[in-house]
Amino acid sequence: MSIFQKEEDISVVLCGEAGQGIQTVEAILAQAVKQSGYNIFSTKEYMSRVRGGQNSTEIRISSRRVASYVDRIDLLLALSSGAINHLKDRISSETLIMGDPEHIKPFKDNKIIDNVVDSNFIEIPLMETAQEIGGPIFANVIAAGVLSCLLNIPKEIFDGLISDMFARKGSEILEKDLKAGEAGYTIGKDLTESEKGELQLSLQGQSSVRDEILINGTDAVGLGCLAGGCRFISSYPMTPSTPLQNFLASNAHEFELIYEQAEDEIAAINMALGASYAGARSIVATSGSGFALMEEGVGLAGMIETPIVIYIGQRPGPAVGLPTRTSQEDLNLALYSGPGEFPRIIFSPGNLEDAFTLTHKAFDLSEKYQIPVFILSDQYFVDCYYNIPSLPLEDVENENYLIKTTSEYKRYLITHDGITPRGIPGYGDGLVIVDSDEHDEEGHITEDLEIRTQMVDKRLRKMEQIREEAVTPELGGSEDYRSLVMGWGSTYWPIREAVENFNDKYPDQKLGFLHFKQVYPLHSSVADYLEKAEDVIIMENNAQGQLANIIKLETGFEIHEKFLKYNGMPFSVEEVEERIITFMGITNDGTGGCDETMGAGEVLK
Amino acid sequence: MKPKDFDIPGADVAWCPGCGNLSILRSLKTALAELKIQPEDLVFVSGIGQAGKLPHYIRGNVFNGLHGRSLSPATGIKAANPELTVIDVSGDGCMYGEGGNHFMHTIRRNPDITNLVHNNMVYGLTKGQASPTSQREFNTPLQVDGVFLESFNPLAVAIALDASFVARAFSGDRKQTIEIFKAAIKHKGYALVDIFQPCVTFNKVNTRSWFREHTYYLEDDHDSADRNLAFQRATETGEYPLGVFYQNPTKTTFEENLNVYYMDKKPLYQRKFDKEKLKRLVETKR
Repeated sequence: MSIFQKEEDISVVLCGEAGQGIQTVEAILAQAVKQSGYNIFSTKEYMSRVRGGQNSTEIRISSRRVASYVDRIDLLLALSSGAINHLKDRISSETLIMGDPEHIKPFKDNKIIDNVVDSNFIEIPLMETAQEIGGPIFANVIAAGVLSCLLNIPKEIFDGLISDMFARKGSEILEKDLKAGEAGYTIGKDLTESEKGELQLSLQGQSSVRDEILINGTDAVGLGCLAGGCRFISSYPMTPSTPLQNFLASNAHEFELIYEQAEDEIAAINMALGASYAGARSIVATSGSGFALMEEGVGLAGMIETPIVIYIGQRPGPAVGLPTRTSQEDLNLALYSGPGEFPRIIFSPGNLEDAFTLTHKAFDLSEKYQIPVFILSDQYFVDCYYNIPSLPLEDVENENYLIKTTSEYKRYLITHDGITPRGIPGYGDGLVIVDSDEHDEEGHITEDLEIRTQMVDKRLRKMEQIREEAVTPELGGSEDYRSLVMGWGSTYWPIREAVENFNDKYPDQKLGFLHFKQVYPLHSSVADYLEKAEDVIIMENNAQGQLANIIKLETGFEIHEKFLKYNGMPFSVEEVEERIITFMGITNDGTGGCDETMGAGEVLK
Repeated sequence: MKPKDFDIPGADVAWCPGCGNLSILRSLKTALAELKIQPEDLVFVSGIGQAGKLPHYIRGNVFNGLHGRSLSPATGIKAANPELTVIDVSGDGCMYGEGGNHFMHTIRRNPDITNLVHNNMVYGLTKGQASPTSQREFNTPLQVDGVFLESFNPLAVAIALDASFVARAFSGDRKQTIEIFKAAIKHKGYALVDIFQPCVTFNKVNTRSWFREHTYYLEDDHDSADRNLAFQRATETGEYPLGVFYQNPTKTTFEENLNVYYMDKKPLYQRKFDKEKLKRLVETKR
C-alpha cells in the first residue's frame, strides 16, 4: 500500500546550498514537466551569497494551471544537512522527505520535527552515485533524474533536455550527465516499483500545454520592452533588477539596442535621458536604493518632458535591507520621487500577460505624454516561471510620436492638452532646446514668474488625459460580491488562487477580488468598486498599506482591514486563504457570515 | 559661415562684464563657424553653474541638464545618434566636483564628444566658495581658514586614464583657444579642454593678469603622443603650460564599439520595430 499518493497538484521543493546547482535541476525539471504536458510553476528563495547558506526552489506540477506560491511541501529533496531545518515550518505529516542519508538521518533518528515519522523519510544515495560517475557535481542531475522518474516524465524528454543543456560543455561531460540522469531514473524506479510502493504520483497531462510558452516575470517585462521598441538601457546591476538587464543585454544584438552598464545609477538615468532626448526609446532598471540615486533624474525627466521607463524590482528596505527577498515597499518612493510637481504613471503587473502588455504600454505612454512611467516589479515576480498559452503579440503596435521640426519649432509650445509635439536634434530644421531650469516655450532658461506658472500648468494638464486613460483594476472572484479582497502587483496569483479556493468552498459568500495593475493614477471606477462592497480587506507586502493610503488620498475611501506581510517572503495561498476565512467571519462549524465589527470601509468624502 | 550665425538675437546674458565666459563664447562661435558645423547638427550639453548657461547664448540644440551630470546625457545622445556633434560645456565645480565620477568613467568610455570645462578655480553661481581646482590658502566665506585640500588636477587625471585628447587653454588668448577648440572638436573620441578663465567677481587671486603671468604655451615640438611626457607636463605647477598635452588617435570610440552600429550606421530613432523578430524570440520559449 502506498503511503504517499498525489494527484492533480504536487509541490516539490529542492533545497540546498548556493553553488550546488539547484537552478540546473529547476531548469531541467521545469522544461521536462511542461514538455510532458503538465502545468508548471516555479519560484525560488535564496540568500544573498554565492556559496553556502540555504536556498530552495518550489516547483508545482499540476493538471490545472498554477501560478502561485504555496507553503505546502509534498515532496522535499534535501540536498544539504541544513535543508530540513531551513524548511521545518513548512514540513507536515504529509511531506515526503528525500535525500542522502547524511542529510536526513539526524532528523529521522531524533524525531526533531513534529508529526513527521520514519515513513516520511526516504534515503537515496545521491552522493555515492555521483562519486561513482565522476564527482559531487553530478548529484544535481541525478536528483533531477529521480524527480523526473517519479513524475513519470518520459526518459527521452529528459535526455533531450540534458543534451541541450550540457552539449556545449563537451561530449565527455555530456556523457557523464546523461549517465547521472540514468542513475537518477534507476533510483526513482526502485522507489515506485518497490514492494512497499512508497510512492505514487499520478497527474493528468495535456498535450496543449507542451506548445505553451514557459517564461518568468523578467522575460515578460523584457519581451514587453522589445515590443515597445526599446533601443537603450543604461543601468547598474542590482538585485532583483539585474535579470532584466541580462535579458536586454543578451537580446541587444538581435534587437538593435544598446545596453550600457553605467558607473552608478545617477549616470544610468542621465544617460538614458540623453538617449531618449535624441530619439531612442529608453529604460533604466534598478531597485530601491539604486532608484533613490536616480530620483534627481526623475525630476529632470519631469522638467524637460523627456520620456523614460523606469523599472523598479522591489526588495525589502530601507537601505540595503534584504537583498534577495521580496517586498512592495517602494510604491511611495516611486510616487513621490523627484522634486517639484509633474505627471507620472505607475504600473504594477501581477501576471505574465500583464507584465508584457503593460511594459509595452509604459513605452507608449511615456512617449505619448513625455513623462516617466514606472513598472513596479519585485523579487518574487521576477523569478516566477509558469506556462501560459502565448503573449498578445498581434496586438503590438508602436505609434511614432516624434515629429520632424521646422525652423520655427518650439519644444515647449503651450498647447490645450499640455502635450507639445516632440522633436529631436538632427531631425528637421528646428532646434530642440531642453533645460532643467524653468524655461520658456523655446526651452531657454527663464525666471519670468508668469511663464513659470504657465509651464507648471502645461505639464500638469497632461494628467487629465492620463487619468482618463488609466488601466481599470481587474475584478475576479464573485462579480456580485459583497466582500472584496484587494491587492496589487505580484500578489495577484496567490490572492486569486486563495479567493477561488474560498469561493469553491463557500459559494454563497460572494467574495470578489480587485487587483490593481495601475497604482497611480487610479482609474475613476475604483471608488465605485469600493462603495459597492460591504467589507473590504487589502493585502500588501509592506508594513503600512501603501496602496491603501493612495486609495484614501485619491478616493477618500478608508480601508480599515489590512493583511500586511513584510518579512521578505511572498504571500502563500494558504495564508491568504486563512486570512480570508477570518475576514469573512467563517467559524469552525462552517457557518459563515460577515463580521460587522470588522471594519467595513466607509466613504469619507 | 560666420561666428554671428551662432548668435541668439536678444539673448539675456547673465554673466558679469569682463567674465572669461564671454571670451570663451566668442571663441567657440568662431571655431564652429570655421569648422562649418550647422547649429541643427550640434548639441550643447551642460550642467549647472555659470558655464552651464553658455548653451543658452549660442545657436544649437541644447540639453541643459543637472549639476555634474552633463557627460552622461552627452554620452547617451551621441550613442543614440552618432551623426550629431556633441559638445559638453561645464565648469570646474560641475565637472570635477559634483560630476567627478562621470568624468572618470566617460574618459574610460571614450565617446566622440568634446568636453569644455571652464576653470576659474571658484564657484560663481553659488557666490564664491572653493572649487575642486581652487588653490591652497584661497579664502572664501566657507573656507574661512583657507583651502587646505589638494587642488584637483584634471589634466593629470585624464592622461592617467589615457583620455584620447587632453588640452588646456586660457580664455584671454582667443587665437590659440580657437585653434585648441577646433582640434578638440575635430578629434575622434573624448576630448577634454580645461579652460583657465578669470572670475572677475569672486576670485581676486587668479585674475586675468595672474593667468597671463602664470601660463605659457607648450613648445612647438612638444610630442603629444608621448603619454609619460604629457603626464609630467600636466603636473607642472607654478607656471602652467597651455596647449594640447596629449592625443591618442588610435583609440576606438564608445559608439564604434557598440554592436548596434557594426552593420548599420543609422541613428537609433530611424530604426523600425520588427514584430517578426519578436515572434521568433517568443517561439524559442515554447
